[in-house]
Amino acid sequence: MAAKTLTIDDKHLSAEEGATLLQAAKEAGITLPTLCHLEGIYDVGACRLCLVEVKGLTKLVPACTTRVAEGMEVLTNSERLRKYRRMTLELLFAERNHICAVCVANGHCELQTLAYSLGMDHVRYEYRTPRWGVDHTHRLFGMDHNRCVLCSRCVRACWHVEGAGTKNVSGRGARAHIITDLNQPWGEADSCTACGKCVQACPTGALFHKGATVGEMVRDRHRLEFLVTARQKKEWITD
Amino acid sequence: MATRILIDPVTRIEGHAKISLFVDDAGNVEDAEFHVVEFRGFEKFCEGRPYTEMPGITPRICGICPVSHLLASAKAGDAIMAVEIPPAADKLRRLMNLAQFVQSHALSFFHLSAPDFLLGWDTPQAQRNVFGLIGANKALARAGIRLRQFGQEIIEILGGRKIHPAWAVPGGVRSPLTPEGRERIRHWLPEAQATVQTAFTLWEQTLATHQRELETFGNFPSLFMGLVAEDGTWEHHGGKLRFTDSHGRVIADQIDAGNYPTVIGESVQTSSYLKSPYYLPLGFPAGIYRVGPLARLNVCSQMGVPRADAELVKFKRLGQGAVTSSFLYHYARLIEILAALEYIERYLEDDELLSSELRADAGINNRRGVGVSEAPRGTLFHDYTVDRNGLLQKVNLIVATGQNNLAMNRTVAQIARHYIQGRGKIPEQLLNRVEHGIRCYDPCLSCSTHAVGRMPLHVQLIGPDHTILDEVTRGDDAPLPAAAPGAAT
Repeated sequence: MAAKTLTIDDKHLSAEEGATLLQAAKEAGITLPTLCHLEGIYDVGACRLCLVEVKGLTKLVPACTTRVAEGMEVLTNSERLRKYRRMTLELLFAERNHICAVCVANGHCELQTLAYSLGMDHVRYEYRTPRWGVDHTHRLFGMDHNRCVLCSRCVRACWHVEGAGTKNVSGRGARAHIITDLNQPWGEADSCTACGKCVQACPTGALFHKGATVGEMVRDRHRLEFLVTARQKKEWITD
Repeated sequence: MATRILIDPVTRIEGHAKISLFVDDAGNVEDAEFHVVEFRGFEKFCEGRPYTEMPGITPRICGICPVSHLLASAKAGDAIMAVEIPPAADKLRRLMNLAQFVQSHALSFFHLSAPDFLLGWDTPQAQRNVFGLIGANKALARAGIRLRQFGQEIIEILGGRKIHPAWAVPGGVRSPLTPEGRERIRHWLPEAQATVQTAFTLWEQTLATHQRELETFGNFPSLFMGLVAEDGTWEHHGGKLRFTDSHGRVIADQIDAGNYPTVIGESVQTSSYLKSPYYLPLGFPAGIYRVGPLARLNVCSQMGVPRADAELVKFKRLGQGAVTSSFLYHYARLIEILAALEYIERYLEDDELLSSELRADAGINNRRGVGVSEAPRGTLFHDYTVDRNGLLQKVNLIVATGQNNLAMNRTVAQIARHYIQGRGKIPEQLLNRVEHGIRCYDPCLSCSTHAVGRMPLHVQLIGPDHTILDEVTRGDDAPLPAAAPGAAT
């Protein structure tokens, strides 16, 4: 496979053809904030936190879904980007009801970690405080829409790792939300195998093990990565 | 022409409140009302949440007694799951509650109330606070602060943090006592015990010189309620409810937490966000009862630990049948600190607290669960109703301060009647006595304290037509008036 040469933040580097800017940046030791990206699952560019500037393009592009190209000049940490990232993050917080202090994911939440790392000490937008409910019908897991950021990691894990296809996104705009099967209570979704991969994939406290209390949702992301790698390398197939 | 004197806010209590005094034409106080002006809304916004989250949410009601809500909430969860929690978990919860008693009672006694009776009622208000106490007796103030810290440290050792530990859960607790934690507590215990002895000595001197306060600070017949063990021993976390009357007679006993609606009614008044519970068989307001240290010591027959039992005998001699003066809440608080330290000492010898079998697991087996636990201020009820999936449909919280609401009204009225008679101008020192009537109960209005600094005071003179005839405001930022009174008639 041909290699492409490009610069990221004035750093000259080469990356494999077909690699994303996010992968190239990571290999070069440059960290980008991400939320909808999850190792082992394909990217959709939903959260817009990994936006970068590419010379010659007026629009900002998500690093997770943009492929490297020869001679690309990329900036990942400009004043403009910092401004937008902070704004995006604040909008995520303002959109639903994120109350870290009493959340099952407190201390283990990617949204919370991003807020700390990007120095978000307050939200400039008015909180929408929507009235979302909690789906507590499943035997093992709960889904709290109040804490959902619509990253769709659970949907992708469900369809493309487990292959069950239980989870989906319904509605548009502020009404968009995660559903199970044909918008049935999770406990009544026949396709769900109760594998828990969606719970492992969730970056916030939106999906949780029932009975978990404050800060108890510690996830092991490597399990998903392990499953995907094993499948790609056919580690489970013997002659 | 009747007038109303307003004390707003009441200071050196935990939260925001004001007092109205209604004065008749002759200048005598006719009645008094204690208003809690905070609105919190926990009962409403918790609806729809999983019950398992409640021990994480409800402690946020308060930064002083989060442990009380934590434990009552976890117990309500136990009841919904219909489980008996592992014995080690029960002991650990008790240890944390005892630590909570120590820290909260120390705060009430040393930081909030002692400046009044140790420094003197007529001390200039700028000094009548914990800093004044430090100036007058540094060693004592330090010991008091350290005693509170001791309780806080135990809470941190068990729950990982001093305030709002999310440690107790439906079915048990999340982590045990560690051997290192146990040694830290053991090392500090003698100092805490010595501080309580000092406090008892001070209290004896105080009592000898405060007979007038003893007679007039909320000294009236009422019922008393608290948890007791089956044999009548003082309880703080387990046990069942007992009511006694002002003669010390038991009028209701061994009532299960879940049956509280058969003995407690709740009245809502327009003048306050605080509900006013009453003893149902006697009706409102005749069913007035008190909770908290004074009530717990009145309803129990023994403390169950030797040194506190010896003090309890002395305490009971101060009343006939029951001890009815609310000024003695302070004394009762000291006895409870002593008892808590003795129980903590016992737990240090119990290896079961190091156990790792701490959490029972179960689904939804009851649609309703009531958790009752003694908070430092009095009996606390958490009453949850859930749907079949464990989401809350109804939440009812009955807090200690609410149960003392009627008694606090009567106390401030009694003090005001005694000290405020036919005066044109009312000195601030007299109004402070009225406020102290509230401090006796150590009410927890679930917010920050005003323990430090100048007393922000807002007094209005309101005529029968609701016009403000006179008004004096002294806030945190306003300069202190040169002459003493910050009050007007």
